[in-house]
Amino acid sequence: MSELPSHEALIGRLGTELVPVRRLLPPWLRTAGWLLLVVAIAGALLMHYGDAGMLRRLGGAPDLAWAALGAVITAISAAWVAFSLGVPGWRAGWAWVPLPGALLWIGASGLGCLRTWLAPDTSIATLHQSADCLVFIISFSVPLSLLLILMLRRACPLRPVLTAVMIGLASAAASASLLEICHAYDSAATDLLTHALAVALVIGVNAAMGGRLLSKA
Amino acid sequence: MSQALTATGFMGLDSGLPRRVSLFRTMPAESVAASSSETPDQRRAAWMAAAQAGDRRAYEKVLADSVTLIRAAARRQGVAFDHVDDVVQETLLTVHRVRHTYDPGRSYDAWVTAIANRRAIDALRSHGRRDRRELHDEVAVDNHPDADDASAATESEQRAQRLHDAIGTLPPGQREAVEQLGLRERSLSEAAELTGRNTGALKVNLHRALKALRERFHGDP
Repeated sequence: MSELPSHEALIGRLGTELVPVRRLLPPWLRTAGWLLLVVAIAGALLMHYGDAGMLRRLGGAPDLAWAALGAVITAISAAWVAFSLGVPGWRAGWAWVPLPGALLWIGASGLGCLRTWLAPDTSIATLHQSADCLVFIISFSVPLSLLLILMLRRACPLRPVLTAVMIGLASAAASASLLEICHAYDSAATDLLTHALAVALVIGVNAAMGGRLLSKA
Repeated sequence: MSQALTATGFMGLDSGLPRRVSLFRTMPAESVAASSSETPDQRRAAWMAAAQAGDRRAYEKVLADSVTLIRAAARRQGVAFDHVDDVVQETLLTVHRVRHTYDPGRSYDAWVTAIANRRAIDALRSHGRRDRRELHDEVAVDNHPDADDASAATESEQRAQRLHDAIGTLPPGQREAVEQLGLRERSLSEAAELTGRNTGALKVNLHRALKALRERFHGDP
């Protein structure tokens, strides 16, 4: 019988198909590209709503400012991790990088839950108003997630589900950061729960759908 | 498409690379291989960087050099010895498809090992699924009349040898179709990717090969 195709034969065949390729841009550069869109959306929201309300609210409640900072750090670090995981050889341990930002975001938001005791006169969101936050976070997360998935289609995410979780976290955190620009209420338990639900939904849908899309990449 | 390892070939591709890799950019492939100060990982990194620019010779060298790394990764993941070559081939195909994701500033060995680990896990899952689908009746196997029958085993070996010889006489296209689809149990798409033939041609070749083998053994047209 003739020899089964040897590795040399395959290597020779792949050699004949070789064409020069354009290298993938470094993760930080692709992260910067994605953040450009987030900044553009932030600019549009600021032009529409102005910054006075946001600055007054953040100045009056420092925990909200810390929460917003935590969300921004989470968005940046999770996007960078998602792009890094698209390059074989990066350790999955990098997925812990967004944790400090996420802890700051969640922790500072949680402090807002005490607001009803500390400052009963502040404007607290009702359940109905909190639902608006849910819609806002989800509706901004969808295009941001899709863009991240598109930007990762040329990459090689060997852990598609973990990468998709990072995509969900990045877009949910970015949406929560954008929400701070036009958020009319101080943080409360209902608000925090709504945000948490929105973030969990975005991450869950990304893990379910994005993982499949990315694994085909 | 072969391209020498010249500075021109790399311009615009790897500017800003670490010194250890850019050191090799203006050297011909032989010099890269001959330099004694670099580690095997650095040598492979330089070859892959050259391959990304279209240097076929460097590409074939780095792929050939990767086989050992891929085998080691597959064995570490627990892939059975007779399936290791499948993992090697799948990994080489993946490397070819995603070679643009390699960053010459990072370890080539870590890059290719990560891909090999993934393909090894895929192979383990695929074989696990196949094993679950197949029925194992140990009593039936033990009671099989051929179990300890040396003459039956010899006859079976002779039959297999005759079949192998017959496959060996088939035209190359038909032989390739039988080997990929019949013996290696690859899917049509996998076989098409591996052989560079389209699925239609593979099906036609397999059909003709089976017809020829049937004629040879049974005399059926």
